[in-house]
Amino acid sequence: MSDDRGDEGSPTPRQLQAGVTLANRYTIQEVIGVGGMGSVYRARDMHFPNVTKLVAVKEMINTAPDPLVRQTIVQNFEREANLLATLSHPSIPRINDYFTVDSRSYLVIDFIHGKDMEAIINETSGFLAEDQVLSWAIELCDVLDYLHKHKPDPIIFRDMKPSNVMINHNGDVMLVDFGIAKTFQTGIKGTMIGTEGYSPPEQYRGEATPAADIYAMGATIHHALTRRDPRIEPPFSFAERPLRRINPAISAELEAVVNSALEYNPEDRFRTAADMKQALMGVARKTGALVRMRPQTSPIVSAGGIKPLWTFKCEDEIRGTPMIFQGTLFTGCYDNNLYAVSAADGKFQWKYPTDGGVVSRPAMFEGNVFIGSEDKRLHVVSARSGKVVWTYYTDGPIRSSPRIAEGHIFIGSDDKYLHAINLNTGRMAWRFETADAVRSTPFVLNDLVYAGCETGDYYAVDFRGNLKWRFHAKRAITSSTVGSNQALYFSSMDSTLYALDPHNGWVIWRFRLGKASISTPCIMDDLVFVGAADGFIYAVEAKSSKEAWRFRTEHQVNGSPVVYKDSLYCGSVDGSLYCLEYRTGRLRWKFGTEGAITGSPLVYDDIVYIGSTDHQIYALLA
Amino acid sequence: MNNFFQWLFGKKQSPPKNPDVANTAPLTEEQIEAIVKNQNPRYELQQLIASSGQSVGKQRELNEDSLLALTTTMAGNSGNLPFGLYIIADGMGGHQFGEVASNAAIRSVAGYVMKKFHPYLFQVKTDTMDESFQEIMLTAVGEAQRAIQREAPGSGTTLTAALVLGQQITIAHVGDSRAYFVFPDGRMEPITRDHSLVRRLEELGHITPEEAVNYPHRNVLYRALGQGEILDPDIFTVTFPQPGYLMICSDGLWGVVAEQDLVRSIIEAPNPQRACQNLVAAANTAGGPDNISVILVQLIG
Repeated sequence: MSDDRGDEGSPTPRQLQAGVTLANRYTIQEVIGVGGMGSVYRARDMHFPNVTKLVAVKEMINTAPDPLVRQTIVQNFEREANLLATLSHPSIPRINDYFTVDSRSYLVIDFIHGKDMEAIINETSGFLAEDQVLSWAIELCDVLDYLHKHKPDPIIFRDMKPSNVMINHNGDVMLVDFGIAKTFQTGIKGTMIGTEGYSPPEQYRGEATPAADIYAMGATIHHALTRRDPRIEPPFSFAERPLRRINPAISAELEAVVNSALEYNPEDRFRTAADMKQALMGVARKTGALVRMRPQTSPIVSAGGIKPLWTFKCEDEIRGTPMIFQGTLFTGCYDNNLYAVSAADGKFQWKYPTDGGVVSRPAMFEGNVFIGSEDKRLHVVSARSGKVVWTYYTDGPIRSSPRIAEGHIFIGSDDKYLHAINLNTGRMAWRFETADAVRSTPFVLNDLVYAGCETGDYYAVDFRGNLKWRFHAKRAITSSTVGSNQALYFSSMDSTLYALDPHNGWVIWRFRLGKASISTPCIMDDLVFVGAADGFIYAVEAKSSKEAWRFRTEHQVNGSPVVYKDSLYCGSVDGSLYCLEYRTGRLRWKFGTEGAITGSPLVYDDIVYIGSTDHQIYALLA
Repeated sequence: MNNFFQWLFGKKQSPPKNPDVANTAPLTEEQIEAIVKNQNPRYELQQLIASSGQSVGKQRELNEDSLLALTTTMAGNSGNLPFGLYIIADGMGGHQFGEVASNAAIRSVAGYVMKKFHPYLFQVKTDTMDESFQEIMLTAVGEAQRAIQREAPGSGTTLTAALVLGQQITIAHVGDSRAYFVFPDGRMEPITRDHSLVRRLEELGHITPEEAVNYPHRNVLYRALGQGEILDPDIFTVTFPQPGYLMICSDGLWGVVAEQDLVRSIIEAPNPQRACQNLVAAANTAGGPDNISVILVQLIG
């Protein structure tokens, strides 16, 4: 009974355990890689008992039930072994041994102390330095040139990509994995497969020439310099991602070389790998790459020219979000007041004192301003005079903002209730008991009210206060909900942006954020935007939950982004208000305040209003 | 008058030969309402109706397509929810065991999805699912990828799978089988994008749509299940069209029958079962060069 013929219950056949010795010679130490047909192990060669000679053992497990398929697979593996045995180049690992045990075949090659280029790309924060990539590319062109000049027949590597390039402890490149058994049968009817991401168009048609390796070389450099993995981009789309647009620090010379390697037509590319190497050497000479390492530079768009139209200073931090009604801007402040200032020039109109900090956003209805306060009350104040109309008591501080719909005000409180208050009488219509403080702002859609609370419980309640469904996130839901009939979106302290079916609470998708979030998402077109405590503003595709872009600020992003025309505005605890192109996440400008920004901007009539914990409210041209 | 209605909303009849004779007086509100009611009868329980069709075609000896259609309702605290799982996989490259790959793909995907939903369908359980629709589909496709690499290494298959829960359709898609929305007014909207060389070249403007039709490498995919180390299926969620249909099919159908004929076969048929048979027949009439598979789903109520 053999255990490597995996049945449906057991997934991949078992890996060799550390300590197992193959062919009485190679003692397995650990798994260093996993492929589709087996693993790669680091092993010790016991023929050298007095020194630790390490080797890499590449395993191929033949699980195909059909004898014909099995035979083809073995032949392909042998081909790699035979090919490697004929090669000798400092950037190609030497083959030491080849053998088969039962249904497993093994290839023993030099162990390379180092990492593959893909891992290096992924582990580097920010971009790899141009000089670094340039020197690797020159060495890679050298080994490609060697392969292409191989006698009697040129060898086409066919699988140039970062994961097949190892960088050893000396910083030199090694080309690994000559196991391309992908032969392309043209003219056969039926669906066929090409290779992905790095390959040129003609390779999909079954042509493999030196020009194909040159294209893949260009794709490899492109990936290394931009961090954009071509396997998850549409094929042949490099032209849509020019190097210098993604990473402006790259020299125009290098971009030209890469573009030329990535030409659509093979005849437009470099004629040989040697030619490409020469061109890269030319870049290195011009940019002085081989002499010095350039410091990393990042795109800086300064907002030196941006002057606020006006500012208004309160007596304490502004943590919430403002609201505009008939030319007047209303904002709560941690000095307990609700302020009314002229939206046009920031002139003070009135202030209304509550007995607690005001951290939420006011709501408007028929000439009245509705605002919650940490004094446990919802205050209703005349927008014109600033005089109180009525107040409503809860049993805990209010950090949630009021939502007005269907003749009611819906608001959460730290008293662990979601309150529904009659808009005319100011009396409670009902309250719905939750598991913990409700700091999120209730969201109303069709006939349901949605709100999350600090235990991570999330409720859909009908207009009579009956629970329709509930959902549970792993941590607090402080973020408010936005959404449509298709989906509800909110973030959680469990570092997730959620999309839920509004009708039944099933989770459509989850998007992993770098850290916790209390930021309320914003939707525009097919994108959902949200901030997180990791300092990023994220743009996520609403249909597929794929990340469209992310933008790094210098500190937590707790407020909600706002889209106005083709810009996205968002504040950060780093003190700045950012203006980004909402489709691409490219920075347009940023404006620094003197304190953290925790609220959201308000954009109205081409003016952005933002409050800051520096006690000020700013009006800027959008 | 009755004739006129039949012409207006007609099933099989061609337009009247003498339109001038037809009564063209404007309809009263009541009449319109009656017609509308008749066209969209109310269904008390929201539910899915699905049917499928398959044929080896006229020129192949072997069927390498696989198909699965599963329809039920899920009892829940807030009423019954329509639940459906619909999958088509088109195995590739004759000698490379395409039928093994497509079969493994269907079984692994359905196996994983049903294992996840089993407690919600058949056990008393109220906990929130700890995974999203999209995560379940992504993991299911990963399982299928491994199953194919185990059962028939080197082979590959397309996969277009739709998980329907309530009005949400979550699609997992690799390759060039397709999912469409078909609307009763005659519109047809592809909701998947082929992972094929020819489609990509067309998108890039290297070839025209006319050239694409006769392009010699029309069958070459740049993404397929069982192939490649990084599997990046398209996974997305869309809302079920109401009124309308979700159609999933292999290229043996969409590559052979013109779009307007596909739509007509569907909206002129009295029911989805008949529609599927008509679609298969249309592909065979057009030569049946490849295996044909189709699933048609409707959400009513």
